[in-house]
Amino acid sequence: MFFSFELLFEAILFGLLLGCFYAAVSLGLSVAFGLLDVPHVAHPALLVVGSYGAYMLGDWGIDPLVAGFLLMPVFFLVGMLLYRFYYETFERRGNAAGVNGLAFFFGVAFIIEVLLVVAFGVDQRSAEADYIGESLRLGDLRLPYRLLIAAAVALVLTVVLSNFFSRTFVGRAIKAVGQDEGALRLMGADPVRIKQLAFGIATSVNALAGAMLIIVSPVEPTMDRIYIGRTFCVVVLAGMGSMKGTLAAGLVLGVTESIVLTLFGASWATAVAFGLLLVMLGVRPQGLFGR
Amino acid sequence: MDMIRRKLLGVASSVALVAGLATGGSALAADPIKIGMSMPQTGPLGGGGKAALLALRMWVEDVNAKGGLLGRQVEFTYYDDQGNPANTPGIYTKLLDVDKVDLLIAPYATGPTAPIMPLVKQRQKLLMGNFSFQVNAKTKHDMWFNNAPWNTAEGWAKGFMEAGKASGAKTVAILAEDGEFAQNLADGARPYFKSLGLNVVYDQNYPPTTKDFSSLIRSIRASKAEIVFVASYPAASSAIVNSINEIGLGSQVQIVGGAMVGLQFTPIAVNLGRKLNGITNYHVYVPGMPLPGVESFLQRYTPRAKAEKIDELGYYLPPFNYAIGEMLEQAINATKSIDDRKLADYFRKNEMKTIVGPVRFDANGERANVRLVTAQFRGIKNKDQEQFRNSGKQVVLSPAADKTGEFIYPYSKAADAK
Amino acid sequence: MKFWIVSALAILSAVALALSGANEYLFFAGFVVLQAIILATGWNILGGYAGYVNFGVPGFVGVGAYTALALHLLVGAPLIVQIVAGAAMAALLGLAVGVLTLRLRGIFFSIATIAVVFILEAVVMNSRFLGGATGIQLTRPDDVWLFGTYTRMLFVMMTLMAVVALSVARYVQNSYIGQGLRAVRDAEEAAECSGVPTLKVKLIACAISGALLGVAGAPMPMYLSYIEPLSTFNLHYAVIALAMPIIGGTSHWIGPLIGALILGTLQQIVTVTISSELNVLVVGVLLVVFVVAAPDGVIGLVKKWKTSSK
Repeated sequence: MFFSFELLFEAILFGLLLGCFYAAVSLGLSVAFGLLDVPHVAHPALLVVGSYGAYMLGDWGIDPLVAGFLLMPVFFLVGMLLYRFYYETFERRGNAAGVNGLAFFFGVAFIIEVLLVVAFGVDQRSAEADYIGESLRLGDLRLPYRLLIAAAVALVLTVVLSNFFSRTFVGRAIKAVGQDEGALRLMGADPVRIKQLAFGIATSVNALAGAMLIIVSPVEPTMDRIYIGRTFCVVVLAGMGSMKGTLAAGLVLGVTESIVLTLFGASWATAVAFGLLLVMLGVRPQGLFGR
Repeated sequence: MDMIRRKLLGVASSVALVAGLATGGSALAADPIKIGMSMPQTGPLGGGGKAALLALRMWVEDVNAKGGLLGRQVEFTYYDDQGNPANTPGIYTKLLDVDKVDLLIAPYATGPTAPIMPLVKQRQKLLMGNFSFQVNAKTKHDMWFNNAPWNTAEGWAKGFMEAGKASGAKTVAILAEDGEFAQNLADGARPYFKSLGLNVVYDQNYPPTTKDFSSLIRSIRASKAEIVFVASYPAASSAIVNSINEIGLGSQVQIVGGAMVGLQFTPIAVNLGRKLNGITNYHVYVPGMPLPGVESFLQRYTPRAKAEKIDELGYYLPPFNYAIGEMLEQAINATKSIDDRKLADYFRKNEMKTIVGPVRFDANGERANVRLVTAQFRGIKNKDQEQFRNSGKQVVLSPAADKTGEFIYPYSKAADAK
Repeated sequence: MKFWIVSALAILSAVALALSGANEYLFFAGFVVLQAIILATGWNILGGYAGYVNFGVPGFVGVGAYTALALHLLVGAPLIVQIVAGAAMAALLGLAVGVLTLRLRGIFFSIATIAVVFILEAVVMNSRFLGGATGIQLTRPDDVWLFGTYTRMLFVMMTLMAVVALSVARYVQNSYIGQGLRAVRDAEEAAECSGVPTLKVKLIACAISGALLGVAGAPMPMYLSYIEPLSTFNLHYAVIALAMPIIGGTSHWIGPLIGALILGTLQQIVTVTISSELNVLVVGVLLVVFVVAAPDGVIGLVKKWKTSSK
């Protein structure tokens, strides 16, 4: 494998941009799983649905990023409904911790995959926009616009969500329900409704992230599988529920993947996120920034 | 399509079964000759597969209109293998044991064909190959005849490498997909490159599912290779072309391309547009080549392709798939049988006349008379399908008999050339 | 006793079928159903008895298949040796995964098992000896003793393996291991406190479960004369290995068998009448329906019907 410092520097830069994107894709899961403890294995599948949604809106000439924003309210409702169903069926009956909650989300992820194949076929789909395929040229360096835009959106999302959870009343209530549901109930707030709201927010963030996914790379229906690795890796690395931690963890994953790709070639790329995840689970399950 | 096909097949086989049971042997004369195959209709190879299938269906219609073969109608059974090698063993087992076809045609492309070679050899069936590359090298089946205008890796890469050497390049980068086609080609190409005195400075495989080539393109650029030889399947070919345009290969690159499958599918070429400029790749038919049979075939093909919303120009697979039919037709009529062994002997010993020219096979079942074209994309505009009908968009560099222009180098200059 | 009589009958019927002139495709398709029975039974030992959801089924299947391939390529080992070796390697993998991840709770264990699949897939993709992403073609012996074709012999072998798997599951269920696993599933901490050697029984379950999954995977290279990583390490196996016991019922060894037979039949019907894409949808939908409405599976439904009709 060819090696030079210039190459390594470019790889790290590229990895930072990619890492921001990975963080954005994982923010929803940080809320759903990190804060609310829902075994949401179907999160990446919904991400891919967001991508296809942006693709369909693209057929009407809508820019993918705009499409992402347009999809957010729809996904918000979907998220609320999904959580409500999960709560009534599993958490209420006390089945959540076992096989069943996990199996449910796994089944949902699979159903989504198959429906996407039936609707769109197994072919790859890409978004079209003027900035996709062009790069920013800084001397010899070329930074693709698709990554710069995804990174920018990711940063904005992280800041917005972070402030939401620490400064607004609803945000703090969501954090509280994750920490101590009983206390929250005593204070007069309905934990179920708050969790529902949180899940809705997590899913709507997923819509925007899905739009970014199709900007960054072509999508196909089984892509959710490798993103299970990437999103859970980021969430575990971050330590559950921290938005800023998610960003940092995303950067770690992005840079690691980029360096492995450059030094060892493309055939190890898929294993990086999963390998990092296993290492974290084995060595420090509370994550880099968790308590 | 697949659904309707399946239902029709279900009905047809039940009727055939009852008819067969009821009439015993006396209905043999009216029995159709069954030809079966799988062809990618969806998935990464689907763009080429749909066009190829139309050509084969046209041949079946033509032959049946003439009264069929040996007085029997031809019945064509096909399934969608999605271009996935994991699907073909099951499909071909089904074709043999459930659909009970008489003759087999291979799936389009090396990847999906490789898995069925052991099966076909074990069952002693003739297999008409469909644009595979050296797929019989390990199995060594003696009833394999590959319909494709190429044979060895050296033969394939010759035109490309001669242009590269003419530019004075001394270093080579090899980027090969981890799949049967690209690996076979790269394995054959490496000793050839060495024999030319070239230095291989980069040699990497990538898994077929790779979507982002930025790191690989950057590494190739860092290696300062002057010749960049790429062997890839359609999804990766598109992604690589996009990545080359996005990241850049560096000013030292003289020639890039070589064995990128998919750039010959019209929808992909139209989609990539200007990004193709300067790339030097292989092809099998470029407008202007003296093949009148192809031209008249395409005149019939294009309106039907347009109606079915598939590759309208049909410059890649369709004429050659029609030729598979023609070869089967000639062999069956000459030997007056559909016995696999008799047909195989005929193919081994005779030269066949087809719309893509004369076809002869060597001892391995590969083409004896190779006719692969190396062409450079020049002056391609975005979103324009009809431009490919003009010569000059793909300047043929070799073979000498078909040459239409001079190779422009380095790559950056060719990319901007008109 | 009844169990052994039925098992012997099953094996004898399989042999008789294989020796008859039945259509070759029956054995080709039958292999898939038998493999499903072994997968479901193997999964259930850890997933059903102990409550630890293993999504890494494809990893174990892959280890079984690639171990068999390696032995075939290196020494031309006969099928039974390939199967035993595949089972052994998969059992080792089960132990390793268990040691690393059993102290993690619920969802983390499951995600870790998915991670194992992708890492193993990457290992294979980087090994030219094992074929990389391209895959490897194998030649099978032409003339097989007694049965004529290899596929028929495989069919009988898989029937035998299915019987073995079911008897192992039955044994585990009725032994002290099974009791320990049930204690773990119902209340792990309480079990620990009352002196149940939870780690030991969980590790045993991991090894046995892994071994059976490896048995399901080992014959695959010879079955298709071809093997490649993407379809071998496919999460599709995880979904069906999960769905079948849940549909049939996870508490008893007969649950996975019921689930495999129901799902297998339905899948074949849908494939032939509608399409092969939708047959995968059937798996997902049935899984969700049962998890939501009938978490104890068919066994649970039968029990309820029995008690309600009294």
